[in-house]
Amino acid sequence: MKTLVVVGNGMAGIACVEQILKHAPQFEITIFGDETHVNYNRILLSSVLAGERSADEITLNPLEWYLRNDIQLRLGVRVVDVNPEAKTVAGDDGSVTPYDTLLLATGSSAFKPPIAGLDKENVFAFRTLDDTRELLERAKPDVKAVVIGGGLLGLEAARGLQVRGCAVTVVHLMSTLMERQLDADGGNYLTGKMEDLGIRVLLRRSTTAIVGDERAEGVALEDGEILEADLVVVAAGIRPNVELGYKAGLHVNRGIVANDHMETSDPDIFAVGECVEHRGVCYGLVAPLLEQGKVLAATITGNKGPVYGGTVLATKLKIMGVDVFSAGDWSEQHADPIRFEDRALGIYKKLTVRDGKLVGAILVGDTADSHRYMDWLRTGADLSGRRSHLLFPPPASDGGLDLAEMSDAATICGCVGVTKGAIIQAIHEKGISTMSQLKEATRASTGCGSCTSLCQNILRAVAPEFEEEGKKVLCGCVPFAQDNLREILRSQKLKSVQEVLDIYGNGRGCEICKPALSYMLDMIWCGDHDEDRSARFINDRVHANIQKDGTFSVIPRIHGGVTSPDQLRRIADVADKYNVPMVKITGSQRIDLLGVRKEDLPKVWADLGMMSGQAYTKGVRMVKTCVGTEFCRFGTQDSTSAGIEMEHRFENLFTPHKVKMATVGCPRNCAEATVKDIGLVGQEGGWQVVVGGAAGKSVRKADLLITVETTGQALEAAELFFQYYREQANYLERTYDFVERVGIDKVRKETVYAPEAARRALLERLQKSKAAAKDAWLEGQSPVNPTQFIPLRPIESVMS
Amino acid sequence: MSWIRIATCDSIPPREGRAAVIGERQIAVFNLGDRFLAVDNLCPHQSGPLCDGIVAGDAVVCPLHAWKVNLETGAVARPAEQDHCVRTYATRVDDGVVSIDA
Ligand code: SRM
Ligand SMILES: Cc1cc2nc3c(=O)[nH]c(=O)nc-3n(C[C@H](O)[C@H](O)[C@H](O)COP(=O)(O)OP(=O)(O)OC[C@H]3O[C@@H](n4cnc5c(N)ncnc54)[C@H](O)[C@@H]3O)c2cc1C
Ligand code: SF4
Ligand code: FES
Repeated sequence: MKTLVVVGNGMAGIACVEQILKHAPQFEITIFGDETHVNYNRILLSSVLAGERSADEITLNPLEWYLRNDIQLRLGVRVVDVNPEAKTVAGDDGSVTPYDTLLLATGSSAFKPPIAGLDKENVFAFRTLDDTRELLERAKPDVKAVVIGGGLLGLEAARGLQVRGCAVTVVHLMSTLMERQLDADGGNYLTGKMEDLGIRVLLRRSTTAIVGDERAEGVALEDGEILEADLVVVAAGIRPNVELGYKAGLHVNRGIVANDHMETSDPDIFAVGECVEHRGVCYGLVAPLLEQGKVLAATITGNKGPVYGGTVLATKLKIMGVDVFSAGDWSEQHADPIRFEDRALGIYKKLTVRDGKLVGAILVGDTADSHRYMDWLRTGADLSGRRSHLLFPPPASDGGLDLAEMSDAATICGCVGVTKGAIIQAIHEKGISTMSQLKEATRASTGCGSCTSLCQNILRAVAPEFEEEGKKVLCGCVPFAQDNLREILRSQKLKSVQEVLDIYGNGRGCEICKPALSYMLDMIWCGDHDEDRSARFINDRVHANIQKDGTFSVIPRIHGGVTSPDQLRRIADVADKYNVPMVKITGSQRIDLLGVRKEDLPKVWADLGMMSGQAYTKGVRMVKTCVGTEFCRFGTQDSTSAGIEMEHRFENLFTPHKVKMATVGCPRNCAEATVKDIGLVGQEGGWQVVVGGAAGKSVRKADLLITVETTGQALEAAELFFQYYREQANYLERTYDFVERVGIDKVRKETVYAPEAARRALLERLQKSKAAAKDAWLEGQSPVNPTQFIPLRPIESVMS
Repeated sequence: MSWIRIATCDSIPPREGRAAVIGERQIAVFNLGDRFLAVDNLCPHQSGPLCDGIVAGDAVVCPLHAWKVNLETGAVARPAEQDHCVRTYATRVDDGVVSIDA
């Protein structure tokens, strides 16, 4: 075995190692990384900053991966010297490590422009997870942030900070934003969109200094203006890390020079990634680096042959609601431009065509067709035939792209470089039927994620039994997965359904997304939001269940199914007074008054003098109980009182789907606790707390969450699960699906077995919701609007 | 046909509908924020009360079985295959009062 030493534990280096491992084993591998993290998806730092993903969600290679492949990982160690004669590398920890083969994958660092005071506190780059953590710590509402640089990084940083509540100004030296990817017109459209988001953009302004003592207090511009700043991000470009190239005596220009086989001027030293210069180009995007990695893996393992011929660059801006795509050579020298723009819609498109072939594309405001154009660019397809509808393709069924029309060689995932053909092959060979399996098998859509919907379409089209996953988007109106949406609402402090629809959706909404968003807002903001009844199903506007004839059913809460002669009398009187067509004992130990007119509801509630049983909504239904120790000769626990207490703790709260509960005094289970969403099953000396049961559409025996001794502990366990379900489940996902999807082990780990602090936090959030929740039937006395329950009657009529 | 003054604009919250009772008939009046639209309060499917539906753009979704009715034209937008139509009524607003031509 030869020793392979890799310097740089980043995306290109590790992707290359992954490729090397596919060849016959011949190396003992040691990897040095001066960051203290395992390899993560640097691309997604923007999403982490914007709150769309958590930091641990972007790990690409967990520690197990390094262990599994016997890789020596030296985290936090910076390689400071290379000795090509002795064939050793020296670490800043004093270590000296010999190598037979050396792979430099040192990437690049943020460029530090000649600006005084860059060393002050609160001045950061945006390159690493640590940078991002620092920013997250300081990015608080009303913090004044200045971002120096209006390129991809700068803009994504700006949006991230603004999402956190900062007042953000972007200072850009050039006359338009992203001038390296967009022409002047495209740049202007982009500026408009950033300003619409509430980000201030200053163009043609050069920064001279960061002012303040130790801490940055402002940013001084050439023309003398000083921008107030509590936080400064420098995103003025990147510089390849080539020091080790020099030290190893390699041929170095802007980057470490590598040929088409990815060889450097030293036969035992190779380089890959952003630190490389290939045919005069240093790349700053992942796609080319991964292509380089494949070629290098072949060369380095003695399978020299494949060549790297350079890459057509494509850039996508990852800011929700600001779609920007740029690829190839869009300059207009010796190419005829084809343009479309719509100021009102903020859409700008430009294609450049040379001898019947597409050579460049710019899309702002609508990037649905980007994959089509990328395909044409890569394949150099002859377009003379379709010249007339290059910008307006025949309407396509799936997201602006007709899959069938796409060649198998067409790249679907630009980041990882996966073709349509490869995906289809994987689906057939490996019997793939879910997105996660597809990611696992092909790594497609594990980069910036912009091709996810495309992959799903292919799955839908090709996979025999395609399973939509929890990740699937809420609906066409707001095309985001529900967990992303929850994160968005939180981080962006969105507090009304219409706001969400306007910023992230089609502005209209429908009967699917409106109630779902209403639930999320209520769960997240606990009443500190704008409760919009127009977004609620009729049941939740009048707090009763609509019937086939337009009347409503009324089911008052009867805690634990225990009633009283007085209650029964009132129910009987109400039934008479409003001649209710049917009075029924329900399947949940309660009484249903069916066939009540909308306008009678408030009076009915008042006369009943009971609270809402929430039988009409996605909320807390009943707690069924059995008689337990009070009367039953087998009783081991006082299930009746426990059930009543439980119902009081949860009543009036909303949930992703209805939550039905039961408590029983012994395993004979007379109130069917083991087929309820949450059940307490009494036994000698304690309780079993069970969750995820059902006996409806589907029948499922509840899983054991935990066994405890006291009723207090049992109720607390129930509360932990209840709040966890409220926060983690998708709208309209019953606990039997939720527990099935997440897995009871994870549920246990994150509720009853979670660290003290986490448990307390869950309970506190539950209490916050509880404090804000009230009996919906109180609106009978104080309606939210004068016509909540009554129809309109003509004022007077005039002939015309 | 005659213009009937139904209610003050603010008695119908934005993006909600209300039933207007006119003799024997019920007409569903909707406030789309920038304008008011009126249709018969009878879903062509099984006579569900359209006024109680969720408004989706310029359509309403019936609360009973989610048929979707376009409020401008009265045409049924979902399910696609069938061609029922709901009767629509002209509306107008003067000094804060909604009238419908019924
Ligand atoms: C009134 C009642 C039947 C009865 O006369 O006993 C009833 C009536 C309705 N059930 Fe139920 N369910 C009733 C107990 C149950 C039970 C038994 C129980 O709760 O122990 C179940 C099985 C347990 C469960 O939920 O897992 C049950 C499983 C369902 C389901 C299927 C849920 C599932 O995912 O499996 C639906 C449909 C749904 O929710 O999507 C449903 C939906 C309905 C709706 C609300 C349908 C609708 O949207 O209009 C019915 C309203 C009728 C009406 O016009 O008022 N009802 N329903 C019971 C009211 C209980 C209460 O006091 O609140
Ligand atoms: C916020 C952000 C958003 C981005 N968005 C996109 C995008 O949308 N699409 C896209 O294609 N690309 C994007 N990129 C660029 C992409 O992340 C990089 O092209 C890619 O990560 C480069 O990989 P690399 O391995 O060459 O360098 P890196 O990922 O930087 O890895 C190099 C690693 O080596 C370490 N290292 C360097 N020198 C030494 C040494 N002497 N000793 C030990 N360790 C060392 C570095 O600390 C680093 O961890 C983005 C980058 C950022 C920062
Ligand atoms: S079982 Fe079906 S029909 Fe009976 S109440 Fe429940 S939903 Fe209605
Ligand atoms: S009655 Fe309207 S959808 Fe059935």
